[in-house]
Amino acid sequence: MALQSLDIIRRSATTTPPPGVRQTEKLAKLIDISKCIGCKACQVACMEWNDTRDAIGHNHGVLDDPMDLTENSWTVMRYSEVETDRGLEWLIRKDGCMHCADPGCLKACPAPGAIVQYSNGIVDFHEENCIGCGYCITGCPFNIPRLSKKDSKVYKCTLCADRVAVGLEPACVKTCPTGAIVFGTKEKMIQHAEERLVDLKERGYAHAGLYNPKGVGGTHVMYVLPHADAPSLYHGLPDEPKIDFWVAFWKGAAKPIGNWLLGLVAFAAFLHYITVGPNEADEANDKEPEHAGGKP
Amino acid sequence: MDITRRQFAKICAAGLGSSSLAALGFSPDPVLAEVREFKLTGATETRNTCPYCSVSCGLIMHSLGDRAKNAEESIFHIEGDPDHPVNRGTLCPKGAGLVDFIHSPNRLRYPEYRAPGSSAWKRISWDEAFTKVARLMKDDRDKNFVAKNAAGATVNRWLTTGFLAASASSNESGHITHKVIRNLGILGFDNQARV
Repeated sequence: MALQSLDIIRRSATTTPPPGVRQTEKLAKLIDISKCIGCKACQVACMEWNDTRDAIGHNHGVLDDPMDLTENSWTVMRYSEVETDRGLEWLIRKDGCMHCADPGCLKACPAPGAIVQYSNGIVDFHEENCIGCGYCITGCPFNIPRLSKKDSKVYKCTLCADRVAVGLEPACVKTCPTGAIVFGTKEKMIQHAEERLVDLKERGYAHAGLYNPKGVGGTHVMYVLPHADAPSLYHGLPDEPKIDFWVAFWKGAAKPIGNWLLGLVAFAAFLHYITVGPNEADEANDKEPEHAGGKP
Repeated sequence: MDITRRQFAKICAAGLGSSSLAALGFSPDPVLAEVREFKLTGATETRNTCPYCSVSCGLIMHSLGDRAKNAEESIFHIEGDPDHPVNRGTLCPKGAGLVDFIHSPNRLRYPEYRAPGSSAWKRISWDEAFTKVARLMKDDRDKNFVAKNAAGATVNRWLTTGFLAASASSNESGHITHKVIRNLGILGFDNQARV
């Protein structure tokens, strides 16, 4: 199989720099929450395209189905009933991977090549390299990846990298009947969002805004939020997502320090060998102990 | 092999050291990765209309094989037809999941008959089914056909039977449904031509 159908800019647990000549357009998916009717066509189209099927679950008395993301459900609709200054509002958010420009999962991953970032912005998991440690789940500021009990690999939305690689839009985008999900270059998506925000503000949503959090370097899945002043209203969307301090520390600053320490120890050992020399074992101790008992 | 305990310890230390170096990234892989192969490249595309509601969204059905004589086709993916004026590529959750509807184990594949009072369905042939339907229609029509109303005006109504046709019919099949069913005098029927 010809490798590199998409150009890679980052690869988990890898020190070699990726080839960096080709420049591709940054792409993004924009989810307009004000247009979403919560029909779940995106959930169905996602499973249909990616050939995953979740087990039939139970009715929990709410519209959420399944109740959480799983290794088979890479996107789920989150329904929240909240009281705002406009009265009771039913807020519906399509949850799934945000494809961060600065992905916490990739930073946390210790398995070389299990998580890659393509130059178009897609963050993709390569399950054949996944060791099932679950560090990406800790590293993700949005709590997206899910570990499969069946094969101990982690799965999440790929932004339909296989479709995007041949110039198509992701399956969820194509199916969306209300046009709440749109796809294009990141620049065009920001423009599209700005037009939507003008409309929303005219309709009285004074705090409408684009969710493209800087804490993770911006995302390649963005939301148009009617209440952008409080993203957490939308089923706990993080107000200011950022990579966890300890993940950033251990995988960032601590790593070179550790390598330096290791080098120093090796150097010290070498110095000790040169200056002091190895311990000479004396002849008497090195000999096999004499048999004490009388063996036949 | 003749090695002392000390030599054995040295070999172990050297092995551990070198594998640790490799693990630290001194023996890196090339930075390559491949996305899942695009699954529709060689599939046969067939246009159709969604069978669910009367909105009648356009579909493209992707099936196995290139229609060669020896390849048995099987639909494995369906998505909206971007050139269709009704839906322009979109599909609702029912339409988006059509491939499972096609391959559903509960799908009706042949005519079945449940006799009055019985709880069991019995498989019958198409011939039997058509004959039975025709017979029942004829009997009911002969009994309940209203040629003239109370005022003596000719009405030619048959009000005791209804007819339910497909929701996703083309104009032509809608036209034919009207011709056949209205000719019989049936007033209660439903098909695409209502929208």
